[in-house]
Amino acid sequence: MQEIAFLEPDPAIMARREEIAAGLAALVSGEGLVTDPRELVPFETDAFTAYRRVPLAVVLPATTEEVAAVLKFCAVQGVPVVPRGAGTSLAGGAIPQEDAVVIGVSRMTKIIEVDYDNRTATVQAGATNLSISDRVAADGFFYAPDPSSQLACTIAGNIAMNSGGAHCLKYGVTTNNLLGARIVLMDGSVIELGGKALDAPGLDLLGLLCGSEGQLGMITEATVRLLAKPEGARPVLFGFDSSEVAGACVSEIIGSGIIPVAIEFMDKPAIEICEAFAKAGYPLDVEALLIIEVEGSEAEMDAMLARIIAIAKKHGVKSVKESQSATQAAQIWKGRKSAFGATGRIADYICMDGTVPLGQLSHVLRETYTIIERYGLRVANVFHAGDGNMHPLILYNVNDPDEAQKAEAAGADILKLCVDAGGCLTGEHGVGVEKRDLMLHQFTETDLNQQMAVRAAFDPDWRLNPSKVFPLELDMRKAS
Amino acid sequence: MTALETLTPADEAEACAMVAEARAAGRTLAIAGAGSKSAVGQPVAADAAITSTGLSGIVEYNPEELVIVAKAGTPVSEIETALAANNQALMFEPADWSRLLGSNAGQTIGGIAATNMSGPRRIIAGAARDSLLGVRFINGRGEAIKNGGRVMKNVTGLDLVKLLAGSWGTLGLITETAFKVLPRAETETTLVIDGADGDEAARLMAAAMGTSAEVSGAAHLPANVSGAVLGDAFAGRGATLLRLEGFAEAIAERMARLKPQLGTDREIAELDGAASSAAWEAIRDVHPFADGGDGPVWRLSVPPMAGHAVAAQILDGAGGQAFFDWQGGLVWLRLDGDDARAELVRDAVAAHPGGHALLVRASADLRARIDVFHPEPAPVAALSERIRASIDPDGVFNSGRRAFNSGRDAA
Repeated sequence: MQEIAFLEPDPAIMARREEIAAGLAALVSGEGLVTDPRELVPFETDAFTAYRRVPLAVVLPATTEEVAAVLKFCAVQGVPVVPRGAGTSLAGGAIPQEDAVVIGVSRMTKIIEVDYDNRTATVQAGATNLSISDRVAADGFFYAPDPSSQLACTIAGNIAMNSGGAHCLKYGVTTNNLLGARIVLMDGSVIELGGKALDAPGLDLLGLLCGSEGQLGMITEATVRLLAKPEGARPVLFGFDSSEVAGACVSEIIGSGIIPVAIEFMDKPAIEICEAFAKAGYPLDVEALLIIEVEGSEAEMDAMLARIIAIAKKHGVKSVKESQSATQAAQIWKGRKSAFGATGRIADYICMDGTVPLGQLSHVLRETYTIIERYGLRVANVFHAGDGNMHPLILYNVNDPDEAQKAEAAGADILKLCVDAGGCLTGEHGVGVEKRDLMLHQFTETDLNQQMAVRAAFDPDWRLNPSKVFPLELDMRKAS
Repeated sequence: MTALETLTPADEAEACAMVAEARAAGRTLAIAGAGSKSAVGQPVAADAAITSTGLSGIVEYNPEELVIVAKAGTPVSEIETALAANNQALMFEPADWSRLLGSNAGQTIGGIAATNMSGPRRIIAGAARDSLLGVRFINGRGEAIKNGGRVMKNVTGLDLVKLLAGSWGTLGLITETAFKVLPRAETETTLVIDGADGDEAARLMAAAMGTSAEVSGAAHLPANVSGAVLGDAFAGRGATLLRLEGFAEAIAERMARLKPQLGTDREIAELDGAASSAAWEAIRDVHPFADGGDGPVWRLSVPPMAGHAVAAQILDGAGGQAFFDWQGGLVWLRLDGDDARAELVRDAVAAHPGGHALLVRASADLRARIDVFHPEPAPVAALSERIRASIDPDGVFNSGRRAFNSGRDAA
């Protein structure tokens, strides 16, 4: 597999750097413009750190009006734009290019309104995911999507990538929890979609916006759905002797009519990495671990757990450990949510994100190990077993070019495996640059041409987050 | 109106060929499933109809995977029967307006997707579009397009599935759908709060939805509608319904927790399984206004707390009745006489961003004269029209439903 290609920067734009910077300076207030080469470095990549490109300039607008002015300026000047949330994309969705202006939302972080009667929160798009839940927690509410990066990641980024989390089986992903948005199109026009009503009129542009990876417009404000917090939640650890048995147990739980709020899977390498980091009390003598969380009152949780434990016993579960306190429950989740960070402490890694039909989990897991072995690499598997979203973490050494290339090749093989099993390339991280050139494995060229035609309805000149999502050869043809 | 020639492709390839041929000949096509909702919207002006009814059958259903893939023309009843046999269901509770519209055509699963038909559980489980995981459709170029898939989490490329959901046949002919399914609740109970009206009912429903009791239906039937759903026992008094679903032991527990949190002294009755499900079916399918006529019936979507005030404002200016689902956010209105009072209705809704009004039932004459679908602000309408043109560049499909958005009118 070749290294991922980037567009050649346009020298004509690069040559106008100072003129463009001066133009931008007139459009944003305060500290809203970054052009110093050293200060641009933090913006050169996101969480897909293997690739870096220093942008022409970074603009951090404080209002929708400033975003509109900047986009309009860039459109007139013919300068590409890369929208940026918190830069936590694992797929390179926010990696800039040398001739592009990055527009970040980090100065728009206000929670504008909380409305408990209608159960909505209206926020500026740079508000972090967790800040919403934090704001309403004391009143008994929460915002459901909970990606692992929720402390840092922004609502703008969540919408752009249609972020999920561990509790999607019950609560859905961003698209299922978004009611309204204010977006600025590339020509600087501002449109309002949805609001506090459940169904909006006309074509579902809000649904189209979710997961559009910054290619349709800049999101500056959002209205999201709040939910009443459950009475209680209890994660339980189930240890198994093999991944297959754990997988079969998940199938039977779901088949029996029980839908826990989360079913997380970890294999032995993942258990060891996370336990060493979080001291969550994970069993170390098992091959596979399920974290199954139930919600409700004590009585409800007891009743549901009794049913789940009975099924697990039928499958020869080796250990069952219920969390006995809120602190313990938090530890269990801390271990799971820090899986990526903890892995990063022991090795470099790339994280895959394919989703497969639930019945294919065991097969795909087995084949994943075969692929990894073939490349002579190591892998740790953590994933959302309840919704089929797999996260193999492929370990490698970033300073060894040969191993880095093997890791990327193994990742590509695993994603193709997911597609061939009836699934998709990415469940919640997005395509970005990382999986762009694999899109033709999942879609026909006709499928992708249709998607690109829809994209062009928003941005006919192909300025917004170019060279992402669509295979470069198709993308360039469209752009030209 | 004379019956249109109807094209009934037997497979996707034939559907592609028929659309391509129509496009080449400059002919327009009206898209339909079984036709149960053909009386909604402007009468379609097309040279021929194309229907998905020849594309029928469940393609793939493995209960453990919580997904059902079916060709678009598959009757909803067939899907629901297959799911029920495995104790599963479509969580969004597809509504059926047949009785309201005087149709006995039956519904197809493609029609459910194309109209985003959701029932009472929408407030907790999402709309049809939230359960729709993937589609195959034919665009206006006669090309078969796949989008989404059959897995629950998928951000691979642009989500055209959402665009197709609720597009009322204006973008393309859906040929296959993949819907997420879930185990259906073991049992259900509905609390009926006796005698509340208007503002008080809105507050009761908001209080209920703000608890951890997982209320899966919140509706209010004013005094002049309650009898039509609940019978004589409640006739003449407002009734506020709150549904709980799940395991029997969990329901009892949640009910005990919910009641004191409502903070009301009013009598609270309980409807058990069968009575509860009958009441919600009547609400879902608009039975109170299914009077066999074609007098104007509006469906409004507004912020939940605004529902009763919007309805009161309209009924102040025009006689009629209203009832409320989705915690008050879905308002059904039947107006007396045969004037739809579109201006009055839309002005009342316009005060609430994101709200909209659909004239679900009216005489063909009336539907030909006014905007049945809610007009959108000009920039959104223009953008929607550009999207439509990117999928159906020559306007082959459903040109009659022009006012689906006002951009099409201008085009």
